[in-house]
Amino acid sequence: MTVETASLPRYEEIEVGFRVPGRTFRVERKDLVRYGGAACDYNTIHWDDRTAELMGLPSPIAHGMFTMGLALGVLTDWAGDPGAVVDFGGRFPRLVPVPNDGVGVELTVEAMVMEKLDPPRVRLSVAVRLGVNGGHSGNSGQGGHAGHAGHGGNKVLTMPRTIVALR
Amino acid sequence: MNQGCVGKVYPPTAPYEVGREKIREFAAAVREGNAACWDADAARALGYPDVIAPPSFPMVLTLEAEHDAVHDPELGAANQDRFVHREQRFAYSRPIHAGDVLTVTVRLAGIDAVGGSDVVNYESTITAADGEHVCTATSTFVIFGQEERDGGS
Repeated sequence: MTVETASLPRYEEIEVGFRVPGRTFRVERKDLVRYGGAACDYNTIHWDDRTAELMGLPSPIAHGMFTMGLALGVLTDWAGDPGAVVDFGGRFPRLVPVPNDGVGVELTVEAMVMEKLDPPRVRLSVAVRLGVNGGHSGNSGQGGHAGHAGHGGNKVLTMPRTIVALR
Repeated sequence: MNQGCVGKVYPPTAPYEVGREKIREFAAAVREGNAACWDADAARALGYPDVIAPPSFPMVLTLEAEHDAVHDPELGAANQDRFVHREQRFAYSRPIHAGDVLTVTVRLAGIDAVGGSDVVNYESTITAADGEHVCTATSTFVIFGQEERDGGS
């Protein structure tokens, strides 16, 4: 697998306001189990219905860092280098219950260049939204129907200061 | 919780040897498709010594180290098994690659209480075998208070 360097973003050519191609991921319970195993995160809240019930949640919830991992993949794909994302932080404003129904939920990643730092670094703002077609927004117990009012209330991850070193 | 614990530095974790297959397993879980996480030649083409880990990989090391710190009896956190992540940051000096032997040193950076829940903030430093700084992780966890969730709010 060779990397097409000609198609990779170059610091000189990227302007503030540039939108990185976004991506939508379907996430099912089995994906949480797989992530938990890979990340050595065995917290029962990510796979066990009984724990979720005890905590007043409709379903076990996605690991925040699973969501962040999906988002980071969009950036490493864009930059063409998994080592390019050098500094990032995120907040998880909403939990993401993932029902074990064979359908799961949809998470959509979007990212925009906010600032050009010293070459070759750029700062991006990244957000992940719980898709309104996730099928279970009405179950979230926290204004799930707000999805119909637009995209404002469904952010599950915000990463306002994500630094990518371009080539 | 015991405010006197703020600033406490825990002993470094046992060395963790990063394996190629662990990197691939993690990359598959987060759907990281970049060849440099999978194929050593592709990684070398980018200037790395071996396959490199996806950016969020340090969780494999830091989560357990920080879990242990949450269970520190001196800290006195209630409901230690019922906590969720609120915030996470990683600041890298260089990517992690297969063959790295890493240790984590956890520092309790702050504690707080919000609405009956405890909030803990850790700063974890990931260091290579030769002492080189690799990455600093900053983690915030909310440890649920009994009332908050059982009240069914």
